[in-house]
Amino acid sequence: MDPVVGIDRAFWYIFIVSAVLLTGITLAMVYFVIRYRRSRHPNAADIRGNWKLELLWTVVPTFIALSMFVVGWKSYTGLRIVPAGSIQIQVMAQMFTWIFIYGNDKESENLLVVPENTPIKLNIESLDVIHSFYLPAFRVKVDAVKHFPTYVWFRTKGPGEFDIFCAEYCGIDHSKMLAKLKVVPQKDYETWLAQKNE
Amino acid sequence: MAFSPQKKSFAIKDPTISMTTTPSFYETPSPPELVGIKAWLLTHDHKRLGLMYLWAILFWFVIGLTIGLLIRVELMTIGRTIMSAAVYNSAFTLHGVIMIFLFVIPVIPAIFGNFFLPIQLGTDDVFFPRLNLLSWYLYMFGGLLAILSLFTAGGFPDTGWTFYVPFSIGTKHNVPLTVFAAFILGMSSMLTGLNFITTVHRKRSPAMGWMQIPLFTWSLYATAWVQLLATPVISITLLLVIIERFFNIGLFDPDKGGDPILYQHLFWMYSHPAVYVMILPGMGVISEIIPTFSRKAIFGYRAIVFSSMGIAIAGSLVWAHHMFVSGMSDTAVFVFSLLTFLVAIPSAIKVFSWVSTLYKASIEMTPPLLYALVFIYLFSVGGLTGLVLGAAGPDIHVHDTHFVVAHFHFTMFGGTGFAFFAALHYWWPKMFGVMYDFRRAYIAATLATVGFMFHYVPMFILGLKGMPRRSYDFLPQFSQGNGLAAVGGILLFSGIILMLINLMLSFRKNRIIAAANPWGGCTLEWTIPSPPPLHNFTKEPHIKEYPYDFSDIPDSPQKT
Repeated sequence: MDPVVGIDRAFWYIFIVSAVLLTGITLAMVYFVIRYRRSRHPNAADIRGNWKLELLWTVVPTFIALSMFVVGWKSYTGLRIVPAGSIQIQVMAQMFTWIFIYGNDKESENLLVVPENTPIKLNIESLDVIHSFYLPAFRVKVDAVKHFPTYVWFRTKGPGEFDIFCAEYCGIDHSKMLAKLKVVPQKDYETWLAQKNE
Repeated sequence: MAFSPQKKSFAIKDPTISMTTTPSFYETPSPPELVGIKAWLLTHDHKRLGLMYLWAILFWFVIGLTIGLLIRVELMTIGRTIMSAAVYNSAFTLHGVIMIFLFVIPVIPAIFGNFFLPIQLGTDDVFFPRLNLLSWYLYMFGGLLAILSLFTAGGFPDTGWTFYVPFSIGTKHNVPLTVFAAFILGMSSMLTGLNFITTVHRKRSPAMGWMQIPLFTWSLYATAWVQLLATPVISITLLLVIIERFFNIGLFDPDKGGDPILYQHLFWMYSHPAVYVMILPGMGVISEIIPTFSRKAIFGYRAIVFSSMGIAIAGSLVWAHHMFVSGMSDTAVFVFSLLTFLVAIPSAIKVFSWVSTLYKASIEMTPPLLYALVFIYLFSVGGLTGLVLGAAGPDIHVHDTHFVVAHFHFTMFGGTGFAFFAALHYWWPKMFGVMYDFRRAYIAATLATVGFMFHYVPMFILGLKGMPRRSYDFLPQFSQGNGLAAVGGILLFSGIILMLINLMLSFRKNRIIAAANPWGGCTLEWTIPSPPPLHNFTKEPHIKEYPYDFSDIPDSPQKT
């Protein structure tokens, strides 16, 4: 399964279960406050607890929470297991630009060009403070730390342009530390790769 | 007149309590020889100290709130709106430092804990009154130092309240001093915790068993253990940061072979348990307010007690869920994600218990109850969105985005903040002996709640679309959400200011005098005059077999 689909499914699973719970809690609360208002219901019942109900709402949420954990963890492993045959590109982060270095030593600043329908692995490091490589379209993010290599991988589909952000606050121009991901057809990629550094 | 029933019903004195014969703590300083300002600045009285915290904390709260509003106004439009990037970076740093260390951590324990914990336990003061005074001075000193440290190193502070290395080491800013301030503030909160634990064990009325302690005091007891056990970690961190800076050891600096991730572990090992120091007392407030206005026993007293202790223990073991993208090992991600989901259970139990308390109750709507109900809703949203962040995969996408900002504010502002507002309205008549206007209180609460939703819900969507937090500027696709959030922020701000003005107006000349038990509450603070006398109880307090037994509360306030 594509990691993006895995993450999104995990998100929607948690979101929908939460929305149902929230709606139930809120409706019950509002209904009770209206139904049992003092003018209409002057004498409260003496109910101090109900161990069966309390056990139920301890055990059931535990299973729900564990199922969310499992779904979340599975989608995470999708982000970590890199398929064989990925194109590897080195990413260096510095205040306040992204540098991409290809296998043939071609360098590019704030522009990452990759071929379509291909798994891409980015090896990430920082040259100064901690940055965080964030590509929302492919649901990947990892901190860039000096002398501490990290990685992300994603599988491109059709051509397109996507935003890359720095997600870890890194100084005055943190919000300007942007780059573009350009997914292009294989032939265009090869042409681009063969071009000399500007 | 439909909205001001307090004039008729809440102001009538309970005939069983003679208020004229016992002077309140305002009229009897402790120690007795102190007069004027000294009666406050050198006091040993837990009630006076609670009020001194109240004014100091409200001061910082209004400052933090105003800075927060300016941040959102800046983000209303793309590019520069009202401030430069440098000022913006200082603004969010100051907003975070002030709100976390000077407002949310101390707000409920230091104000209401100090004032009401001894009373709820049926005793005259905390176990160490002088230590309590010292805690207040440490708080004031730490607050001053925190702000000074941010401005004394040349230029504006710009590290964010998390002070991540190596950024915070590389900048010219005064990180050791700021961490020192955090340590002083932690010390203050730790000594308060120590005082509370000792008071609960040693000064509790001899007639009060563990399962007869009111839930607010139980929540403070659980919190106190976290304060006591987590604060030493920040002192260790401080020591390491100082060694790093002055001896160039290279513990955290990657250039010297240090490990910046180690700093994050140490920081969150204190700061995540601190999150539970922030929320547990708020939950305690709600556990008092819901039964009082329901005139009904709290549903599942024991379960709420054990869930407080459960949160205190499990909450200390989840810190690294702030670090799923830091590059730490996948095994650590697995363990911390699992533990994070387990800490959700006790919070869920509390929410279910509160809602069940309302079932077949006899509910009277009042401003404190409205704030408490809003708390339940906002805190539930905050808790449930936390599940998205606890799940390893989805967290990678939304980590460090506006989704986290929204989640965090739903729990800490919608949660602790609204619990604080509820507590203010609940205990105001007891602390000051005056009642506020209900109509303005309802308008303020509605304005704040509507503003809150428009302010923070767009941030969830911005985060899911990929807008990073702590960004001075943003791409065009984020314009709509940021514009909406700014409008919501202005509403929210107006609501809170109106709420504070309304409370202040309760001191005006033609004030409404509050009754000893205006709400029909059944914990011990409602059996003594408003405001309480110096030693709290003039006769031996009667401890109930079950703390939320309303059967002997004579009549509903409206009928008196």
